[in-house]
Amino acid sequence: MKVPLPARQAVAAVIVVALLAAFPLIGGKYEIDLIARILVLAIFALSLELLVGQTGLVSFGHAAFFGLGAYTTALLLQDPDPRSFWLILAASMLVAGAYALPVAALSLRTRGVYFIMVTLAFAQLVYYVFHDTKIAKGSDGIYLTGVPEFSLAGWVPFNVTRSLPFYYVALGALCLVYALLVALGRSRFGRALAGIRVNEQRMRAAGFATYPYKIAAFVVAAMLAGLAGFLKATKDGYVNPEMLAWHESGAVLLMIILGGLGKWRGAVLGAFAFVLLQEFFKNDAVFGEFAKRWQLLLGFTIIACVLFLPHGLIGLPARLRQREHRHG
Amino acid sequence: MVDVLLAADGITRRFGGLVAVNAVSLRLERGSVHAVIGTNGAGKSTLINILSGEIGASAGKVELLGEDVTTLSQPQRALRGLGRSYQRSTIFPHFTVAENCRLAAQATRQRPWAIWEFAGACPQTTGRARSAIDRAGLAQDAERLAGSLPHGRKRQLEIALCLATTPRVLLLDEPLAGMGPEETERMLALLSQLKADHAILLVEHDMDAVFRIADRITVMVNGIAIASDTPQSVRANPEVQRAYLGDGH
Repeated sequence: MKVPLPARQAVAAVIVVALLAAFPLIGGKYEIDLIARILVLAIFALSLELLVGQTGLVSFGHAAFFGLGAYTTALLLQDPDPRSFWLILAASMLVAGAYALPVAALSLRTRGVYFIMVTLAFAQLVYYVFHDTKIAKGSDGIYLTGVPEFSLAGWVPFNVTRSLPFYYVALGALCLVYALLVALGRSRFGRALAGIRVNEQRMRAAGFATYPYKIAAFVVAAMLAGLAGFLKATKDGYVNPEMLAWHESGAVLLMIILGGLGKWRGAVLGAFAFVLLQEFFKNDAVFGEFAKRWQLLLGFTIIACVLFLPHGLIGLPARLRQREHRHG
Repeated sequence: MVDVLLAADGITRRFGGLVAVNAVSLRLERGSVHAVIGTNGAGKSTLINILSGEIGASAGKVELLGEDVTTLSQPQRALRGLGRSYQRSTIFPHFTVAENCRLAAQATRQRPWAIWEFAGACPQTTGRARSAIDRAGLAQDAERLAGSLPHGRKRQLEIALCLATTPRVLLLDEPLAGMGPEETERMLALLSQLKADHAILLVEHDMDAVFRIADRITVMVNGIAIASDTPQSVRANPEVQRAYLGDGH
């Protein structure tokens, strides 16, 4: 019997979440921290997929919102006293969204390569503010002195900065963000964004004011990036300006391209593939001295992926079927 | 009683020193097809873009259903009952025909904040999409991908996308472009059926079709409307013959 696609996807999602939830049973601390880092980057990648893959807006400054979320967290935790996890989470998302609003309003006046350049410029602006001023200890970066207190109606079940609790908090956050984005993609808002990506002229002729739609998408994407930044700062206990830099914006763009644009699962898969490849090429037990040149190997691998898998890793099964068909 | 749904007065558009459209006035009435003809560069496209709100007018006034819409944007005019088609189809190739029309119909009930609602479950928009598909004669293609349709059907879909928002006025930019004889017949039948409850502006190069279907014709030369009359009078007009139709007519 052929199972309908949405049901198959739901089953696949449940299996993946169950495997991730069970992973700490077999993984050591190093592996748990590694996967937790990927879960946070997957949220960051999903937020960019909303812009690039769904709305067709290629932003090259998305790290600004990731970094703003992280810096908001760090600056709110400069006292040893614990502060509410939820309060800091909300503040991080709001700060990222607040900066996104004027950036979107201005950058969305441009298109294509100009949009890429303007978003990059706004991100570099934030980078240099944190790098060159004493707001947050400049280029040295800043440590979190306090701890966000994860409380549910007055009950504090665990210290969220420890490996295992953080892992599950990050997994929960990823599941919620994923569910939110799937719902959004099926809603009128999501369909309108898809329409704008494919044919903005027709959308305007039908009666959609596309500019506010694009601003809304940009702000939502920035807030979700702010959430990822909050989690990253909570996990590391430390934030530095490199989180805001253009190569971070480039890395997250590579993740969603590597995974495959246009599908939410591509962003998650891309985050896993990117970080795991990075770890693999950095491994000096495999590559010896050459492990120091890991960026070269990663670069070649990504070029090969883009050449041979134009639809990203999520397009791999279809590509293999196609080959089989041709040879069979 | 004459039902004027769109009235344009003294529409002028200058691009630097060039006057692309010069003081053109026209009225679109329900139940009639008003064709605008003219050579390339006569200002037909600029005129249709001004009426739809894509570009602003340097001077002049546009009234839609009695309301002054001169300063309103294209989406605002669309929601007030103005639909337009393009010379190059503006369909969504990777969506089905049904989803194409549903998305256009969604403009009449946007609710972007309601992200918990499934877009395809809105009875109002799916109903409007359905009737647009039926009117445009695409019922048997509803589940096909728009990009896989033959050219003539894509042009019909372009009209269906206009109809999905239930407009009163249709601005059609060369709906017959690139069509074979059979496809042209089908499109002309569709247009004469639509004219009963719409006011239609037709920009078209196929003169045989224009003289068959139009109730009124405006002839543009270098941005100026040199004649605006019934097809018979336009055909007999010596100035039009000299400027546009040539001696053969």
